[in-house]
Amino acid sequence: MDRLLIIGELKAIVSPYTEERSKLEELSEDTDFLKDLKINSANLVDIVLDIEEKFGIEVDNDSMAKMLTVRATVEVVAQKLSGDAGQ
Amino acid sequence: MVVLSAGQILERLPYGEAFRFVDEILEISQDGIGGCYTYDSALFFYDGHFRDFPVTPAAILTETMAQIGLVCLGIYLMGGKVPPGKASVAMTSSSLDFLKPVYPGEKVFVTGTKNYFRFNKLSCKVQMHDAGGELIAKGTISGMLISRTDESGK
Repeated sequence: MDRLLIIGELKAIVSPYTEERSKLEELSEDTDFLKDLKINSANLVDIVLDIEEKFGIEVDNDSMAKMLTVRATVEVVAQKLSGDAGQ
Repeated sequence: MVVLSAGQILERLPYGEAFRFVDEILEISQDGIGGCYTYDSALFFYDGHFRDFPVTPAAILTETMAQIGLVCLGIYLMGGKVPPGKASVAMTSSSLDFLKPVYPGEKVFVTGTKNYFRFNKLSCKVQMHDAGGELIAKGTISGMLISRTDESGK
C-alpha cells in the first residue's frame, strides 16, 4: 500500500483521539503523536488497536514501542503489509 | 507464569486503609473478576455527602468498581512480573451509568470482564449489584498498568 494512502488512513484513525485540530489538519510524516497531537499512552494503545483492525495486521510489543511518530508508524504498517503479501 | 491467589492480590493493592474499597475477591480468572465491599457507615465522606443525608458518592462507586474490576484484575494479569507493593494502575477513562443510590452500610458486588489487555492497557466492562442482585451501576473502565520499579530504575 502506498505511504500516502496509509497516512490518510492514519489521519482518520487518530482524529477522535486528539483535540489539536490544526496539527491534525497538517499531519505529515514528521508529526509526533505525543508532542504534536498531545495523545497519551492509553489512547496510543487504542490507536494501535484501531490500526491493527483497519489494516488487518498484528502489532507486537517492539513495534508498538516504535510507533510514536507518523513516520515510524507508516514504516511498521508498510513492513507488516508487505510481509503478509509476500506470504 | 505465576498465578496469584486472591489473598496475594489484596496484599499487593497500593491503597491505604482510608481509601481501599475491596473486602474480598470472590472469583478471578484471565477473563474477569468478581469481588465485594461493604460501605461502613463511619466512612469519612458520609459526613458531607450530603449534609444530614448520607449517600455514597458516585466518585466512590467509580473508585470501588475500578479497584475491583480494573486494579485487582490488573495485578492478577501482571502475575509475578511485578514485585509486591509495586503494582499500580492509572485510570485513563471511564464511562459509567448509575442507576440506583447506595446508602451507608450497604454491601455491593462488583464484576469486571476483560475487554482487552494489550500493551499494558486494561479495558474492562464493569457492573455493580446490591445484595438483592439489583444493578447499581455499569459501564467501561480502562487504565494503564504501571510497575513502580520502572521509575526507581531510571
